[in-house]
Amino acid sequence: MAITVKIPAPLRPLTQNLSEVALESAATVGAAVEELSRRYPGLRERLLDDKGGLRRYVNLFRNDQDVRSAGGLEAKLSDGDRLSVVPAIAGGR
Amino acid sequence: MILDRLVAAVGNTPQVRLASLERDVPGVELWAKLEWFNPGGSVKDRAALSIIQDALARGQLAPGGPRALLDSTSGNTGIAYAWIGAALGLRVSLVMPENVSDARKKLTHIYGAEQIFSDPQELSDGAQRLARQLARDYPERYFYADQYSNPMNPAAHESTARELWEATQGRVTHAVLGLGTTGTAMGTGRGLRRRNPAIEVIAVEPAEALHGLEGLKHLPSSIIPDIFRADELTRTLRISTDEGWDMADRLREHEGLLAGHSAGAAAAGALRIARELSAAGKGGCVVCVLPDRADRYLSPPPTA
Repeated sequence: MAITVKIPAPLRPLTQNLSEVALESAATVGAAVEELSRRYPGLRERLLDDKGGLRRYVNLFRNDQDVRSAGGLEAKLSDGDRLSVVPAIAGGR
Repeated sequence: MILDRLVAAVGNTPQVRLASLERDVPGVELWAKLEWFNPGGSVKDRAALSIIQDALARGQLAPGGPRALLDSTSGNTGIAYAWIGAALGLRVSLVMPENVSDARKKLTHIYGAEQIFSDPQELSDGAQRLARQLARDYPERYFYADQYSNPMNPAAHESTARELWEATQGRVTHAVLGLGTTGTAMGTGRGLRRRNPAIEVIAVEPAEALHGLEGLKHLPSSIIPDIFRADELTRTLRISTDEGWDMADRLREHEGLLAGHSAGAAAAGALRIARELSAAGKGGCVVCVLPDRADRYLSPPPTA
């Protein structure tokens, strides 16, 4: 078991075009973001602002729950959880 | 204003002087065209009406006919199709990424459009691919309007160009336009250049692939719309989400304009151009098109 992270299309150039990345373990959403950023340089500044908080236009969902309402980057992750990176907007018209 | 039918109210939107921004740029005129005065609340009424009228004229769509209009949209075009469809007796089916704002989902729904949601992680490209697939699989069920390829999208903006030209009495020197389907930039640019080839056509696109400027497309990481012609643009400005959002705040606080995010980005681009002109001691008349109002964005999209 592990944490599965779903990567949206605009970030896939940074993840060798992977739409899903498996992390062996991450205790919190913040730890998952750090691990992802270690593996894929450039992801961190796409997801987090200068102060280390989640960018205003990036949403993270733990399974189907917005992590903003579950402790933000402190939200706990358990084995088998799915973490989805979802742009707050869709682009185009 | 007395109208025979509501579709006659599309276009002829107000153009307003951005007086508080002009203080930063002595010698340069700065104007914004407020497209949220269209009946559907956005610039996309122009493209949707032009596409629908063309399809009606060709017999591809008919009131009470067998086929529904199908297109992919992240919101504003969908709202435009939905109300125009209701007004003209046409069925409308919309493919939208699941992460479009709640306000947009609700609006298209209450006008009676069929909603088909695509994978939010694939954004508007995913919606476009799904719409294309549905159109291929069910040709008897759908007329695929395809705003990204339909020449009636840019053609709609002959009106936008004429209005800008007339409102500035031909003084316009620079037009600043956001890139989404690229219809506004292509069509407005062409219309203005036909009147005066020296007019500079400046596009605004998000600086980042993952951005918060709803309605704008980051072309380097997206499917390039068939209607896009890069060589018709004088230049392209890359605006960060923060710069666009900050300008939307400034327009609200100092001009009373409840500008949406893409409107903020367009105005930010216009101010950059005006600053360059002013700093070089040149005059100019810079216009920008503000696509929609911020109430389209007030609720965040709660979906994974």
